[in-house]
Amino acid sequence: MLTILFDGIAYGMLLFVLACGLAVTLGLMNFVNLAHGAFAMAGGYVTAVLMNRSGVPFLATLPLAFIVPAILGLVLERTLYKQLYTRSHLDQVLFSIGLVFMAVAAVDYSFGSQQQLIQLPTWLQGRIDVLGVQIGLYRSFIIVICGALVVALQLILTRTRFGSRLRAAVDDPRVARGLGINVSLIFATTFAFGSGLAGLGGALGAEILGLDPTFPLKFMIYFLIVVTVGGTTTITGPFLASLLLGIADVAGKYYVPSVGAFVIYTLMIVVLVLRPQGLFERAR
Amino acid sequence: MAIALETKGLVKRFGGLQATDNVSFQLQQGARHALIGPNGAGKTTFINLLTGVIKPTAGQILLEGQDITGLRPELRVQRGLARTFQINQLFPAMTPLETIGLAVSERTGGGRDWWRVTGSKRDIIDDIVDIAQRFRLTDVLDERTSNLPYGKQRLLEIAVAFACRPRVLLLDEPAAGVPEAERHELLATVAALPRDVSVLLIEHDMDLVFSFADRISVLVNGALFTEGTVEEVSTDPRVRAVYLGESVDE
Amino acid sequence: MSTNIADHVRTSLVRKGRWGIGEILFWLIAAATLFLLPERHLILNEIAIIGLFALSLDLILGYAGIVSLGHAAFFGLGAYAAGILAKHGFADPLLGLLIAAIAAAILGFVTSFLVLRGSDLTKLMVTLGVALVLGEIANQASWLTGGADGLQGVSMGPVVGLFEFDIFGTTAYAYSLVVTFLLFIVARRIVVSPYGLSLRSIRDNPLRARAVGIPVNRRLVAVYTLSAAYAGVAGALLAQTTQFVSLDVLAFHRSADVMLVLVIGGVGYLYGGLIGAIIFKVLQDVISAWTPQYWQFWIGLILVIIVLAGRERLTERVRTLWKGVAGRTAKSPEPLPKTSVREI
Ligand SMILES: Nc1ncnc2c1ncn2[C@@H]1O[C@H](COP(=O)(O)OP(=O)(O)O)[C@@H](O)[C@H]1O
Ligand SMILES: [Mg+2]
Repeated sequence: MLTILFDGIAYGMLLFVLACGLAVTLGLMNFVNLAHGAFAMAGGYVTAVLMNRSGVPFLATLPLAFIVPAILGLVLERTLYKQLYTRSHLDQVLFSIGLVFMAVAAVDYSFGSQQQLIQLPTWLQGRIDVLGVQIGLYRSFIIVICGALVVALQLILTRTRFGSRLRAAVDDPRVARGLGINVSLIFATTFAFGSGLAGLGGALGAEILGLDPTFPLKFMIYFLIVVTVGGTTTITGPFLASLLLGIADVAGKYYVPSVGAFVIYTLMIVVLVLRPQGLFERAR
Repeated sequence: MAIALETKGLVKRFGGLQATDNVSFQLQQGARHALIGPNGAGKTTFINLLTGVIKPTAGQILLEGQDITGLRPELRVQRGLARTFQINQLFPAMTPLETIGLAVSERTGGGRDWWRVTGSKRDIIDDIVDIAQRFRLTDVLDERTSNLPYGKQRLLEIAVAFACRPRVLLLDEPAAGVPEAERHELLATVAALPRDVSVLLIEHDMDLVFSFADRISVLVNGALFTEGTVEEVSTDPRVRAVYLGESVDE
Repeated sequence: MSTNIADHVRTSLVRKGRWGIGEILFWLIAAATLFLLPERHLILNEIAIIGLFALSLDLILGYAGIVSLGHAAFFGLGAYAAGILAKHGFADPLLGLLIAAIAAAILGFVTSFLVLRGSDLTKLMVTLGVALVLGEIANQASWLTGGADGLQGVSMGPVVGLFEFDIFGTTAYAYSLVVTFLLFIVARRIVVSPYGLSLRSIRDNPLRARAVGIPVNRRLVAVYTLSAAYAGVAGALLAQTTQFVSLDVLAFHRSADVMLVLVIGGVGYLYGGLIGAIIFKVLQDVISAWTPQYWQFWIGLILVIIVLAGRERLTERVRTLWKGVAGRTAKSPEPLPKTSVREI
């Protein structure tokens, strides 16, 4: 029971790291980026390829799993995404689905369609028994890393100059521009950072979520649920939504394996019926 | 005289901001009533509450004596309450003809009709023609709305509302932003609205207010500040201080 | 004077209901392919089905502004409904179509309340979610659907008791074409009716639509249900004419493909889906002859290019061309105005 809760939390935290970039791009630019998962996949493949082909140790690949998608995100934001901020949601959806398809096919072409397996370092393998609860070491590692990231994000948002500018820009880009804030720079930075985080999430999650070329499609619904349920005006909203989703998914698949896949959709429907504007969004 | 529209203790809060502050207001049948107040006083919010675009935090709204506080916007329209918008809310890709035709069809229950071709009913056509003439839109009926001159768009804005054949019409700054040259046409149509329609007019143009209205209410910081005849309000020194003083300077 | 205007008003409203020469030609040519291109009937059948599917999407996307990531849910449900029915001995194709339409319509009606609840984002999530749930159900209920192996043993009776399906796809194509044509006529009639006008007004400006007394949600529920039924019929046609149903009918790429099809042909004038289907199939033929494996990559690239090149402008061009041929005004949709209540 507690083990499942623990696994669920780890899973939820992963989802948060994967999806928080999307929440920010949505909140900030009102841009529906369905290709967010492609950046996560990029991070996952960076780690997998470095480990399996070049023998780089797991931990050493993580910074690159962040940096490569971040740079990719930055380049794409500056060249392509930027042009679409003012377009209709339909255009944004079409464009980002297009990117997903290209990414899926390109990864399939380059690395094959099979699951990428990564060999965790031995000190992260196995479970230990803490007060009768089975605790997976790797999941503890994920919780620690993601927890630290969440705290760091919260601090950046609330304590730094950049954070206050970002919040101002989310609140009202026009006003922010009027105050002399370089909104376009903020867009680019957050987009890159969000893509980087997704990449890191993809790398950390490769072991738990699996990693193959269809990753961005498989997890699209999870990302959408996180941002719609959690809302995009705070960091805590998506965070709580991720935890809820993670725990519900893990528990559902464990207790009722035959209908486990439906648990998250039921959750989604219940939330929609009760709180159409999102679970944690203040009603306006 | 009967009361067409009434609010009792109407309150709307946006977070900490009290945009509508305990407003109890009456619009008489057949009235020409103006609602004035400085920018941000809460006039548009008041109209949004009346028409159901937003829900009040507290208070009641009565249309011809019946409580409509919780009624959906479209049902209020069907009960005879129509409005215009301060910022044009039109259908850019449709023509004025289609726009007016839409409103007329809806009123006559044709909007559920999915098999008849629009415009195949005589009385609907007559109604469209009548409205187009009244609002001087006959020469632009087939233009795309987005291509119309701004003054014509403002006319269409009123025409659509009027096409719902309301008994109470709420006009939110109908002349806002209309260039001087096109203004006259617009004011003439407003002045010529039939007397059996009760009109609540929000306007900054004092000439228009004074020539049009027989009663004026002043809204300041969301609350009704004073109300009276044109004579009373225009000579009230406090009103001059909070409102007219500012608007003369503008 | 005023009677002149009245005449003008009438003609200009009624004109939209009339068929242009281009439209008549379009359908005549379609009918002619039945006789002129006998060796292409299999692919033409697919085109007709995809065209109908895209037409159903146009009803909600082009006329009501609902972006759906899971329109395949209805297509797939229709396909399975028709397939399962035929497998269990109810081999009459028209009965299959009817049941498929009803099943899809019910699903559309029920889910419409969720879809219409929220923002664009919520719509994306719900539509995608519904399709995924259906896919999962179809996968798990293998006793009914055949699961991952697909539904085998679908055998159809003759159409209206007379025309047996043949291996050249001639009956299949004729059948799909006629069904598509009939449903097209209905759709075309609907979009020029007052109801259709109200849908366009909701798409362009829901705030104002409410303010003229239109019950926005009810109208959208109705069109969503109708669109679902159309998609269900398209799915049923596929199941009946190929006599096979696989999980693929519910796959995400179906929903994405149909968007692409519609977008290629242009959104919001009904012919977009049909024209798009032709272009899409031809493209698919050409590209897969050249590089069969990574078709998905090219779809993605086309989507990206279409959007970057300015979908609105491209559509405008197709539509102008069409207008030239069809000889009547086709109205173009504006991008949805993004006004919040605050800006009223
Ligand atoms: N949807 C909303 N959310 C938050 N604040 C709002 C909203 N609509 C209006 N306000 C605020 O309410 C106040 C009154 O606005 P408004 O009714 O538009 O004034 P007026 O029409 O008299 O100029 C303003 O301070 C405005 O910023
Ligand atoms: Mg105002």
